[in-house]
Amino acid sequence: MKVRLKVWRQPGPNAAGGFETYDTPELNPNMSFLEMLDVVNDELTRRGNAPIAFAHDCREGICGTCGLTVNGRPHGPGQGTATCQLYMRNFEDGATITIEPFRARPFPVLQDLIVDRAAFDRIMQKGGFVSVRTGAPQDANALPVAKPAAELAMDAAQCIGCGACVAACKNASAMLFVSAKVSHLGLLPQGQPERYRRVAAMVRAMDGEGFGNCTVTGSCEAVCPKNINLAFIARLNRDYAVALLKGE
Amino acid sequence: MKLDAKIPSGPLEQKWTRHIAESRLVAPNNKRKYRVLVVGTGLAGASAAASLSELGYQVTALCFHDTARRAHSIAAQGGINAAKNYQNDGDSVWRLFYDTIKGGDFRAREANVHRLAEVSTRIIDQCVAQGVPFAREYGGLLANRSFGGAQVSRTFYARGQTGQQLLLGAYSALMKQVGAGAVRLLANTEMLDLVVVDGRAQGIVTRDLNTGKIERLAADAVVLATGGYGNVFNLSTYARGSNATAIWRAHRRGAGFANPCFTQIHPTCIPVSGDYQSKLTLMSESLRNDGRCWVPARAGDKRRPREIPEAERDYYLERMYPAFGNLAPRDIASRAAKRVCDEGRGVGESGLGVYLDFSDSINRLGLDAIKERYGNLFDIYHEITAENAYETPMRIFPAVHYTMGGLWVDYNLMATIPGLFVLGEANFSDHGANRLGASALMQGLADGYFVLPNTIGNYLATLKPGACPAPDGPEFLAVEAGVTAKLKRLLEVKGQRTITDFHKRLGRVLWEHCGMARNRRGLEEAIKLIPALRQEFWEDVRVPGDAGNLNQSLERAGRVADFLELAELMCRDALAREESCGCHFREEYEEEGECKRRDAEFAHAAVWEWQGEEQAPTRHTEPLAYESVKMTTRSYK
Ligand SMILES: Cc1cc2nc3c(=O)[nH]c(=O)nc-3n(C[C@H](O)[C@H](O)[C@H](O)COP(=O)(O)OP(=O)(O)OC[C@H]3O[C@@H](n4cnc5c(N)ncnc54)[C@H](O)[C@@H]3O)c2cc1C
Ligand code: FES
Repeated sequence: MKVRLKVWRQPGPNAAGGFETYDTPELNPNMSFLEMLDVVNDELTRRGNAPIAFAHDCREGICGTCGLTVNGRPHGPGQGTATCQLYMRNFEDGATITIEPFRARPFPVLQDLIVDRAAFDRIMQKGGFVSVRTGAPQDANALPVAKPAAELAMDAAQCIGCGACVAACKNASAMLFVSAKVSHLGLLPQGQPERYRRVAAMVRAMDGEGFGNCTVTGSCEAVCPKNINLAFIARLNRDYAVALLKGE
Repeated sequence: MKLDAKIPSGPLEQKWTRHIAESRLVAPNNKRKYRVLVVGTGLAGASAAASLSELGYQVTALCFHDTARRAHSIAAQGGINAAKNYQNDGDSVWRLFYDTIKGGDFRAREANVHRLAEVSTRIIDQCVAQGVPFAREYGGLLANRSFGGAQVSRTFYARGQTGQQLLLGAYSALMKQVGAGAVRLLANTEMLDLVVVDGRAQGIVTRDLNTGKIERLAADAVVLATGGYGNVFNLSTYARGSNATAIWRAHRRGAGFANPCFTQIHPTCIPVSGDYQSKLTLMSESLRNDGRCWVPARAGDKRRPREIPEAERDYYLERMYPAFGNLAPRDIASRAAKRVCDEGRGVGESGLGVYLDFSDSINRLGLDAIKERYGNLFDIYHEITAENAYETPMRIFPAVHYTMGGLWVDYNLMATIPGLFVLGEANFSDHGANRLGASALMQGLADGYFVLPNTIGNYLATLKPGACPAPDGPEFLAVEAGVTAKLKRLLEVKGQRTITDFHKRLGRVLWEHCGMARNRRGLEEAIKLIPALRQEFWEDVRVPGDAGNLNQSLERAGRVADFLELAELMCRDALAREESCGCHFREEYEEEGECKRRDAEFAHAAVWEWQGEEQAPTRHTEPLAYESVKMTTRSYK
């Protein structure tokens, strides 16, 4: 199979960008989408052109590095998968595929398809942790956690921090990301002492970074590679309201 | 090169406790006067950076990833071992120690491994306190599963994402310290060389991957926690960015490299499907708890798996290793798979694959139980192969997965260069010639949370507090000039061939000659091929762009250039080790297809000293003394 790519090219953070069109060489439908880009890049390099910059690392949907908007949808047409888990067999032979970076004001483009998502780290630094030191905590089994709570916490904790939720949201809201972290820790007994302080601090940091408000369109959940549930946002809102009442 | 392992005296069980008691301390008000650089924010680096900064040291941590949370540790699936004996199945610190020593085929240091087993239990406590959502039973207590090479259930897990959850735990501890202003964190920053002044590691030179800016950083101690080098094979289960640059460049500055040929080839990965392939995907070893490995009994049997009756299948692991069956250790399971494929009984289009079949477990436990245990792995398998493994057996084949070799360290985790510490997969310390499943996560966190914070003081206390100079002495400037020159040289070759092309060719040479089975002829051949390939690289590689901004090709070119040097050392090491042990299977030394160790000649770690470009390196040895266990022939039959 072969496809035609319309790719966003932008040499640097302050340079103007635009779409370029490339016809791929013959592809194997079992290639991953990123392997297709590897092949295109090798071809570009051989011809003396600049290869397309795109972020990737684990290539198995867990590190959260990759993140392309494919045909207008963050992470492309897959359900519950990251860009690196897309395969060429998901596309028609001869199709035209548009590839853009994750677009959101708090995620400035660095080059071509790579954006800066450091804002997520800064939010985490404000409260995405339990304040324990390395030392000698009690025996792990001294603190039983009901299985359903542990499972639900794990559902939230699976977030890979890719930022697709932000890119999909018309308000560039980071609520799904923040709610996943707040819920993970808020559902566990270990997270209780700082529960309200955490939610207040993280929400403030999120607003400070310029992420928008949540208007519950659900577009974030639809593109999340880990199927993080919208219900966590409701949980976040509840905890945030309590935090405000408590004066956090 | 002096190799003093500094193993404390006294009985094995008391060495670590005594060592802590006898270690030098740095007074609290002096701690903040010492600067420590931690390179890498995987399990080992993030846990070390957070813990050292909690103690009061001035810590700067860096990673080449865009955020600390994306280190390759994130991809670990199966679990982490700890001698908690929550299952009451006879586990103990001694048994975890013994399993690890035996699993490593008696090529690891007794004292280190015992320490690892001792601190294993505290790791679980620490992680639970951080909020790591481990799997639990209905009573609310922690659940366990079994892993290869052990007859007890001591593996803790968080679905198929244990590495992710442990890393997010360590990352959250790091974020807490960064938020408090106690750690300076530099993401998108790659260490490109080590600075040694007066024989001591005193800093590094880095490149900002977004801007291309080169920077010099000085410190009282440099900690490398930069992960493994399996990507030297090009195709592996590692993340694409994992590389050897930090440890290799430290090696070139004088750090001894131990057992470089010890590479773990994991038995359960998705087979290669084509030349375009960029990485191999692991199917966690935990699957072998409930999956059975088999191939057709007859060579060339091309029937579909379900059409092959029971009597015409060979459940080869159960047949060859009845005591451990499908849970035989990785090296053994990989070689067995290679053997049945060499016999023409491999499955799939390429014939390089074996079945991992869940139908018995599904019949016994029900589909839901299997889904709950392994659902995400079955999903991954489906995405990649478009096959449904609930209905038809998975096809798997061995792939490069972990490197037991790494920079040599003493009991304090200090390399042969004073002031340089090496943690996690980047060092050689605890797994001998073969690592057991779920032990890398344990080692990375042991090193970072509990070992280094207790041993680094032994070194720092010998330095004057607050005496770390600014990074502008002649040594710093010379190293920086070397880094800049190397980048320039890569860009100026302007040849015809792509970096990918060289990496693929290097990988093929290594896989063929320094992979699952090795022999003298092949290794000698590789030692000729690799330098020729390296020369061709420097004459004909094409690296587009320039050094003054984000340039992914330039990043990769530097890493591949290092792999081209390291690969040769791996082959030299494999050639010099004239025995078979663990993952290192020399065809000349076998007995009925199993490894034949030569303890009288090779019960040592081989430590290589760099002698200069295009010079043969020197081989030194650290003898391994077994005082508490008897070296036996490893049998899983
Ligand atoms: C697919 C897979 C599954 C696995 N599953 C398991 C499992 O179930 N159980 C288990 O025990 N083990 C498992 N392992 C092994 C285990 O994950 C690794 O050995 C371990 O996580 C390594 O941790 P680390 O901290 O040493 O290095 P890494 O996590 O690789 O971290 C390296 C860090 O160093 C940084 N770095 C590297 N070079 C430089 C440089 N030059 N400059 C700046 N920064 C640099 C990187 O940015 C990164 O932050 C698995 C491995 C793989 C590949
Ligand atoms: S590359 Fe890691 S999630 Fe896609």
